[in-house]
Order: sequence, then C-alpha cells, then structure tokens
Amino acid sequence: MEQRQIDQLRDAKNRSAPQDVVRAIPYLEFLGVTVEEEPGGVLICHLPFQDKLVGNPTLPAIHGGVIGGLLESVALLQLIWSLDAPTLPRTVNTSIDYLRSGWAKDTFARGRITKQGRRVANVRAEAWQDDPERPIAAAHGHFLLG
Amino acid sequence: MVDGGQAVPSEPAIALDIISQFAAEIPFLKAISASIEKLERGRCRLSAPWQDHLVVDTSTGILHGGVITTLLDSASGTAVFSVIPRVMQIATLDLRIDYLRPAMPNADVFAEADCYRLRKNVAFVRGRAFQDTDREIASSLATFMLESSSL
Repeated sequence: MEQRQIDQLRDAKNRSAPQDVVRAIPYLEFLGVTVEEEPGGVLICHLPFQDKLVGNPTLPAIHGGVIGGLLESVALLQLIWSLDAPTLPRTVNTSIDYLRSGWAKDTFARGRITKQGRRVANVRAEAWQDDPERPIAAAHGHFLLG
Repeated sequence: MVDGGQAVPSEPAIALDIISQFAAEIPFLKAISASIEKLERGRCRLSAPWQDHLVVDTSTGILHGGVITTLLDSASGTAVFSVIPRVMQIATLDLRIDYLRPAMPNADVFAEADCYRLRKNVAFVRGRAFQDTDREIASSLATFMLESSSL
C-alpha cells in the first residue's frame, strides 16, 4: 500500500530530507527538480536543463510555464519545510514577472515566506541561472494552509 | 473576444497554420501532450490530458499549477502571435493566475486566451482554464513585449 502523501511529507521533514518532499510530488519528479537545504532552513531548488523543458526552440529558451511552475513549487516546498505541521498548501494565485530569458541551462530557485498567517501565507520566489543577483524571473503567490 | 477590430491589425503577419505547426513543435508542450485545439486571430485554445505524473497532490490527483501555468502562457503567447503585424520574437512580461478550483483527475484541461489589445510594443491577453465544458479552474492576465528586432 502506497504511503499517504501527507505522511511522506511528514517523514521527509522529520528526517531532514528535503529531496524526499520532491519525491512525494509527481510533477517535480517529472521536471527533474532536486532540492537542498541551506543554513537557516532555506531550500534551493535546482532544475537541471533538459531538452524537453524548451518552450522557444529558436532561442532556445526554457518554457515560461516551466519557470512559473518552478517558482510556485519552490514556494510550496519552502512552506512545507517551514510549517510546524506539514500540509500540502493550496495555491490561491501567483503573479510571475519574467525578467530575462531562461536559456538552455540549469536553473535555480528559492522562496521566502513574507507573511504567514493561520490560513494563508504570502511567498516571494526568485529563479536564476548563473547569478542569483540577476534573476530570470520573480513571483509572489498566496497559499492556503491546512 | 476580439471586437471592434481593436486587437487585430489589418494584416496579421503569420498564417494560422504556420503558427499551429510551430506550436506543435514546442518541446515542453509535447512533453505534457498539449496541443492546439482551436486558433483564430487573437484567440487560441490549447488542451492537455490529465496525466498522473503531472499531479501535485497524490491523495486527490489534483494537477500541479505549473501545468496550468504552461497552458495559459502558451495559449496567451500563441494568441499574440496570431495578431502581430510582422514576424518577431515576443516575450512574456508578466503572468498573473488565479486558481479558482482544483484541476481534478481524469479530465482534460483546456486553456483559452484572448489577445484583447495590441499596442505597438505590448500585447494584453486574458485567459481562462477549464475542464469539462465550462468548469473554470483558473483565470489569467498576461502582458507580452513585442521585440523590436525582427527575425
């Protein structure tokens, strides 16, 4: 019998194994996302480049939907990781600014919880490729908790 | 809805079947089995099947928002391509999505976009995603920069 997702998330947190949170979320496995915890409990997502991620073959550039989904994901992961009782937050909305082309190379992302209430959290996230100081996209989103 | 001839310039540059062929070759749309269902000047509808590897929540089978984001971004961009007056690159400036309902399992997802205003350098697009005939799961607003460098 497959382990319930919420139990997988809880176990992953208890074992301080953020990659196991990713393993519990099929779409992130499909994208090939890996995640590591930095000091201070900040998660950094790593999206290795793959040909299937391309949205503009002319440039070529990674699909904007992939970048947007990565930003939403890192926000979700950071919430799962930071909350006392792990839940799978539900996205209310996201607003994504595309700042530079996402070239055909590895992409990274991190999120920062700007406000956490009892029922809703506000998260800002950024994605970059070579230099965290030169983000390729930034997003903020609202997420329902519990 | 493209009305009053506002969004559509007198002579859009790119034939609709060329746009459809181009979209059919986009690797990430292929990866999620998405395809163009309908394309008119200023309007595009994409569809994608529900698939279990695109899910965020395995207990309910709800699709990850990244799938909806991809469909809305592509439908919006394709709607812009269908009205621009010459062949050029376009770039998404921003994309705002409200998730109205979860995308439930075992039902195709549709994304429809409408380029309702085209300025010289910027295009404005409304979008919606739905399942079944009219169960709305998301609505979106996007703006695109029309790149000055022609291809």
